[in-house]
Amino acid sequence: MSGANLQVDEDGRLRHFLSIEGLNRGLLTEILDTAESFAGVTAQTVKKVPLLRGKTIVNLFFEASTRTRTTFELAAKRLSADVLNINVDASSATKGETLLDTLRNLEAMHVDMFVVRHAESGAAHFIARNVEPHVSVINAGDGRHAHPTQAMLDMFTIRRVKGPDFGRLRVAIVGDILHSRVARSQIHALNLLNTGEVRVVAPKTLTPIHVETLGVRPYHDLCEGIRDCDVVIMLRLQRERMQGALLPSEHEYYRLFGLTEERLSVAKPDVTVMHPGPINRGVEMDSRVADGPHSVILEQVTHGIAVRMAVMSMAMRQQDRTLEDGA
Amino acid sequence: MNPCSETPPRIRIKGGRLIDPANRVDGEQDLYLADRKVVGIGTAPDGFQVEQEIDARGQIVCPGLIDLAVRLREPGQEHKATIDSECRAAASAGITTLCCPPDTDPVIDTPAVVELIHHRARQTNTTRVLTLGALTRDLDGKLLSEMRALQLAGCVGVTNIQRPLINSLVERRAFEYAATFDLRVHLHANDESLSNGGCAHEGAVATRLGLPGIPAATETSSVARLLALIEQTGVRAHFCRITSSRALGMIARARYDGLPVSADVAVPYLFLTELDIAEFDSQCHVLPPLRTQEDRAALRAGLANGSLAALCSDHQPHEDDAKRAPFPSTAPGISGLDTLLPMALRLVEQGAMGLTDVLHRLTAGPAAILGLEQGQLAIGAPADVCIFDPEHTWILDDHSMESEGHNSPFRDWEMKGRASHTLLNGRVVYARE
Repeated sequence: MSGANLQVDEDGRLRHFLSIEGLNRGLLTEILDTAESFAGVTAQTVKKVPLLRGKTIVNLFFEASTRTRTTFELAAKRLSADVLNINVDASSATKGETLLDTLRNLEAMHVDMFVVRHAESGAAHFIARNVEPHVSVINAGDGRHAHPTQAMLDMFTIRRVKGPDFGRLRVAIVGDILHSRVARSQIHALNLLNTGEVRVVAPKTLTPIHVETLGVRPYHDLCEGIRDCDVVIMLRLQRERMQGALLPSEHEYYRLFGLTEERLSVAKPDVTVMHPGPINRGVEMDSRVADGPHSVILEQVTHGIAVRMAVMSMAMRQQDRTLEDGA
Repeated sequence: MNPCSETPPRIRIKGGRLIDPANRVDGEQDLYLADRKVVGIGTAPDGFQVEQEIDARGQIVCPGLIDLAVRLREPGQEHKATIDSECRAAASAGITTLCCPPDTDPVIDTPAVVELIHHRARQTNTTRVLTLGALTRDLDGKLLSEMRALQLAGCVGVTNIQRPLINSLVERRAFEYAATFDLRVHLHANDESLSNGGCAHEGAVATRLGLPGIPAATETSSVARLLALIEQTGVRAHFCRITSSRALGMIARARYDGLPVSADVAVPYLFLTELDIAEFDSQCHVLPPLRTQEDRAALRAGLANGSLAALCSDHQPHEDDAKRAPFPSTAPGISGLDTLLPMALRLVEQGAMGLTDVLHRLTAGPAAILGLEQGQLAIGAPADVCIFDPEHTWILDDHSMESEGHNSPFRDWEMKGRASHTLLNGRVVYARE
């Protein structure tokens, strides 16, 4: 039942893409290399390759999302797959249809791949355990657990800007670590790629207990946390955190943890600033930083398409082999 | 036909190793039963004519097991289990007395519901079913239930299970009112606001999996407040399903200081920890949550030294679908009747405690908490007997589980020890073929 067994076949090839945890450095590098080859495709006039022609991919979103769903859709279309977007709102859950029922109904339509986003941690693992053997599942975010394609596009971006040697990098992730599936996946990816040092920076209310067991060093002061860093990744702060008494106000958060040009000056001179978007300007960072020379935030979005193409094509390649073996 | 009304046969249980922890008995002795009572130990009383003989050679004969927490699911959730199905499962596991918490539907807050459950249990007549009444009406934490009426109808205690009372004043009043009738309150130490909808212990595993956490402080802060109120009101209190080392220490200290408190632990917490959740294994979704290895070790030590006076199954049978969903939205709970005895014996095998002590926590320990005359086999005691083969090995699976609920993290484990005969009120209610 381990994530590793679920995600890769006996030959170590990608079957599902559920979490970074359970994969190895070779696979991550393969994803990044494959994405690199697709990055050219997205820049061409004819932006399509026929790798997934005839395949049906369902974007199954139980939680609202615009950017992630759009880039998955674009990635699938550039691979020539047929794409179906299904947004399951909360109401169908109250109608008594279980997740398993929803899944079975869609499977009956001969789907080859599910791209799933769900508000509960473990949803992607659950779905992967319950689909037919020839169907692949890509996790597009489950609860607070994982958002592995986001983490991989961030790694892709770091590799493009900083080169392939993560060992000499010091990376800080700043913000709401507690609720962030992005942070969890980034931490695993950075550690698998042998990053020199990974830090998390947040007030204690937004730092998960025993976070150091994930292989990071926790900081509670922004300047200390980003000092001499090569990469600073800012996380989005959900406004509802004030209601849960996790923070007193956006104002105080910005005063203590908001990234400004002045504060950024304690990092390395060539520091790269990232953000998974969408940004709350004036809450987690100043516009001058978001739009400034260190920011690669828009590149991240572009890279998202190539990385998702890579993951989809790799998982589907493996599934085709499963089908051939079965035939 | 009501078999209760018939006189049971005169029974000799022959050649077994009799272990009666309450009376410090451990040796190869025959046991003689008549008129629903124990009438002879070692030697038959004068003029005893054996009408039925049970060969117990190579087996252990002990008082029938008493389980402090068994969800029967009836009334209200018969798709999960029924009184009939779970009473039969209990008997097949050597359990002769079980205690049913009040979170049925409707809640056990009126004598009518108590009577319904007792009536259905009598129809099955395989296990003695006791009930805990609701501490507050509909368990909503606001208004007191009619505790005296519940007591007269047969409730052996009152509890609000894991549901919160609206404030400490209601809690104080409820305790005082219960104390008026010397009713024991069964307490689940759970600070609802700190639990905050969590589904796993707030520790390294919850952090890794991104599961909303339940800190150990939810239990300790609640125990601290409850102990203060117990001292204030003088109510007799029992802490149910303790999970953390710290809470256990606080209760043991209070007992030492003379407070009338006791505590129990459930089987899963002695064998599993947060680590067993692994990759979202919903069979390990329980409330309160599985905690750390240190907590597990402390609970084992507490059961061995008697700070935890009883070991229970915390039986919560579910239909398969209840566990088929993403971890946080699965139903918490484990089906535990089938595994109570073999897992208790596993503690002995693992050297955590002695056989007599573990049988004490399954018999005399819970009997004292409930104020029962059962749980021991002195002459004149009720003839509730469990006979089990400690060497019988079997695999826990769909085929071997007698409960309707097959939800267990111990599936496919090899179990050692199984009841061969169960006697209730001097009558064989279960015999393994």
